[in-house]
Amino acid sequence: MSDVAERVKKIVIEHLGVDAEKVTLEASFIEDLGADSLDTVELVMAFEEEFGVEIPDDAAETILTVGDAVKFLEKATG
Amino acid sequence: MRRVVITGLGMVTPLANGVEATWKRLLAGESGARRIETFQVDDLPCQIACVIPRGDGTDGTFNPDAYVEPKEQRKVDDFIVFAIAAATQAVEDSGWTPTDYEDQIRSGVLIGSGIGGIEGIVEAGYTLRDKGPRRVSPFFIPGRLINLASGHVSIKYGFKGPNHAVVTACSTGAHAIGDAARLIALDDADVMVAGGTESPVCRISVAGFAACKALSTSFNDTPTAASRPYDKDRDGFVMGEGAGIVVLEELEHAKKRGAKIYAEVIGYGLSGDAFHITAPAMDGDGAYRCMQMALKRAGVSAADLDYVNAHGTSTPLGDEIELGAVSRIVGDAAAGISMSSTKSMTGHLLGAAGAIEAIFSTLAIRDGVLPPTINLENPSVETAIDLVPNVAKEKKVKVALSNSFGFGGTNASLVLRAFDG
Repeated sequence: MSDVAERVKKIVIEHLGVDAEKVTLEASFIEDLGADSLDTVELVMAFEEEFGVEIPDDAAETILTVGDAVKFLEKATG
Repeated sequence: MRRVVITGLGMVTPLANGVEATWKRLLAGESGARRIETFQVDDLPCQIACVIPRGDGTDGTFNPDAYVEPKEQRKVDDFIVFAIAAATQAVEDSGWTPTDYEDQIRSGVLIGSGIGGIEGIVEAGYTLRDKGPRRVSPFFIPGRLINLASGHVSIKYGFKGPNHAVVTACSTGAHAIGDAARLIALDDADVMVAGGTESPVCRISVAGFAACKALSTSFNDTPTAASRPYDKDRDGFVMGEGAGIVVLEELEHAKKRGAKIYAEVIGYGLSGDAFHITAPAMDGDGAYRCMQMALKRAGVSAADLDYVNAHGTSTPLGDEIELGAVSRIVGDAAAGISMSSTKSMTGHLLGAAGAIEAIFSTLAIRDGVLPPTINLENPSVETAIDLVPNVAKEKKVKVALSNSFGFGGTNASLVLRAFDG
């Protein structure tokens, strides 16, 4: 995994309290990792904090999986 | 009206986690007060509090992870965690965990808190100021709202009946139990999980209550001596944290399922002082009328009271006003009445106080023993009423009354009776 992916993974594990092996790029926050709609809002805030970027609401709505987050953040910070 | 009995008990207190562990320490006259070590206190006039012994769950310590997942704890203030823990104990004790929809809709929750998530509000305020609105967590509001204690408990157990919360400062716990009992008596529910919870031990609460001159300030070096109701050296209350929850149940419902019955809730009184925002009315009229109403509803006379669990917070004014009101209501029967303040040991749990004290009154009925008023060395007034000084005593208790009075001049009294079929 890339550096961005590792950092995303760490945040997801911490916020959702899930096992590391479940946090694959394909994993959906809601379907696979037990998040609810509020959890996903908080996750996006944590990504913003960690990467020092702003994720607009319309973009946040498209971040459904760990991979979506990694892709967005790699682009935003790259 | 339908009769209401207590069929489950749960508590997390500064003495211990759990009803029996707390009760044992209470009867031993132990104090939960200690120096505050979790935040800066050197610039506060009061530097002590009664705090829950946290640990791995052994020896009466409280391990929140045993009740709420760590990732969920992070989203809520401690008062919600305490409520879930105490409610879990109470529900398991009662054995009432219905899976049938018809049973669930007849089971409700009514848990109050005096203040709610004040620490979380302060923290979110800093976040808003320092980092802006986009950093305010989506869990900020639901983690602080007082009725979310009831919300979480209802979600955990599928209790779909009345879902309510009380906010009446230090009368909260008693009002919650009284109101919940009414909901059952009036046939709005068959079972209610009811009580109070509070997590006030934080810097802003201590600063705020100290500003009201409500807290003890002369015993920072001897914390366990600070809460001393009726003693002439008392100088304010000692803040405490925790929760007390009972399962209330309609009598026939409890009998039908063979539930263990601790006691019956037979009386509930409420009144307002209409006097001052923080000070109790000097004539004790509000307290008197409150007890009078509860006794009338209970259908017993003041002379029938075996035990009174006092509000008795250890403030210079309040203790004697309450004692005066109790003396007035019991009249010539004073010599037969015992009244203790368990706040001498637990501290003042504010919105949870009335709930844990209703539980202590229930246990006094169950075990025939009265918890003491510790640190009572030199009573500030003479009274014929037995204040159970310093040492627990055996006494058969058929009828007990528990008082709670709060800021705003709000009063509540509960009357409980041994269940006799």
